[in-house]
Amino acid sequence: MVEMKDVKVVYQSSDTVALDGISMRIDDGEFVFLVGPSGSGKSTIMKLITGEIRADAGKITINDFNMRKIKRRKLPKVRRTLGAIFQDYRLIENMNVYDNVAFAMRVVGAPNRVIRKRVPYVLELVGLDGREKRMPNELSGGEQQRVAIARALVNNPRMIIADEPTGNLDPVRSLELMLLFEKINKEMGTTIMVVTHEKELVNALEKRVITIENGRVASDETDVYYGYELK
Amino acid sequence: MKRMCITVMSLSRSAYLIREGFRSISTHGFMSFASVTIIMACLIIMGSVSLLTLNIDGMIKNLEDQNEVVAFVDEAYSEEDARALENRLTAIDNISNVQFVSRTDAMSNFMDNYSRDLMVGIDETVFRHRYVVQLTDIALMAQTKSALEAVEGVAKVNAHLDYARIFVTIRNVVTVVSLVLIVILVFISIFIMSNTIKLATFNRREEIAIMKMVGATNSFIRLPFIIEGLVLGILGGGLAFLAELGLYQLVTGRVVTSLTGSFIRVIPITQVALPMFIAFMGTGILVGVFGGVNAIRNYLKV
Repeated sequence: MVEMKDVKVVYQSSDTVALDGISMRIDDGEFVFLVGPSGSGKSTIMKLITGEIRADAGKITINDFNMRKIKRRKLPKVRRTLGAIFQDYRLIENMNVYDNVAFAMRVVGAPNRVIRKRVPYVLELVGLDGREKRMPNELSGGEQQRVAIARALVNNPRMIIADEPTGNLDPVRSLELMLLFEKINKEMGTTIMVVTHEKELVNALEKRVITIENGRVASDETDVYYGYELK
Repeated sequence: MKRMCITVMSLSRSAYLIREGFRSISTHGFMSFASVTIIMACLIIMGSVSLLTLNIDGMIKNLEDQNEVVAFVDEAYSEEDARALENRLTAIDNISNVQFVSRTDAMSNFMDNYSRDLMVGIDETVFRHRYVVQLTDIALMAQTKSALEAVEGVAKVNAHLDYARIFVTIRNVVTVVSLVLIVILVFISIFIMSNTIKLATFNRREEIAIMKMVGATNSFIRLPFIIEGLVLGILGGGLAFLAELGLYQLVTGRVVTSLTGSFIRVIPITQVALPMFIAFMGTGILVGVFGGVNAIRNYLKV
């Protein structure tokens, strides 16, 4: 669950107001698209959720953690409730598919016997069974992004946040990926938040769309098409 | 039961982290090689300067020991009375050794050193009984001379105070210069070594960022780097020790042999090997571990 109330973020170095009193609430089990032009504040919202930056004002709660007051050493606890996916996949190049996914479980101290059961299950879920031994550079872009999704899913997070996950994929692979997100959302009840620029994808899924402009929520509607026009 | 599960989990986690530390050394082979080489090179330079300083200091000390003080006994004292003074002389502070030389021996020594013709018609009563005195610290020669003169039965004391001053000055200059040089070298070495390790970890900032993203704690990220730094430090320190040992034996064995008979006395390898081993391994491990931890510090702030 994400709850923001009058959240303000100012980048001191450039004196830029990135978020100007933004408020939103995403409940457990929702599927939300976050859209908006470049520089509107979408990435800042992602960074606030993962704890990379802190808000200057307002209230922000992520999966029951108060992000304004949380101590730095407690941030790993927040991050373990989240699964993050990025445009550039961010896989560890010298680890094979299995180890890239298992790595996320080792980080949280999961025992080997649990890892051995869970990793093949998640790889099958994202359609990568049989590719465990492959290295990231032996996979297509779509497959690499599926590894990243498997890694994000493996610890059974409450929420998956994906920052432009289809940015490097062709339209067919992009749609496949979105359908995979939808499946995860429906079958596992995981909250999904996808930051994207791709109008066709947003329109195809007909989910809740939050539009950000100039650091504010410009619109927040459900079952509608793309919430803003590219200028 | 719960505690047992946690222990098993921590053991498997620790084993994984230790394995990761070793795996990382082979995965980043070139940078590991560079780190070990730099640690080795810096330790060999520091070690060589330290050994050179130790030997120069030893040589000066040797020269100082040869700068003896001679205490002449009163002419009226018989040999037996003169010998009885020994205990009173050795009781004086700063005296490491006294050696009694009777007037007979003194005359004999004189004749050995100079022409016997000079002694024709002269008997041994011309010479006095004497003590050749060696000092613990040559810098205190003037005070010791006064203390010797104050002993009843000592008629005169010969001491080369000027030479003593020169030796003390040389020793002080060598000590200060070498200390400054070693301190500068230590700083330069630590700087170079930690930068090399920093460079080695720079390529892995993405890996660290991914670890942070999936919820790794800082200690979880640090441990493999500590293991890696420890292993590289031990390797660098150990190899540097072996190289320095070989180098020292080569130099002391070949070069110094040609100067036998001169004032040059080198410190035997057996005397320096253990302290050198401890210093090299200690520095290697410290630099490896702290270099590794320091290098990733910035990446952990996210």
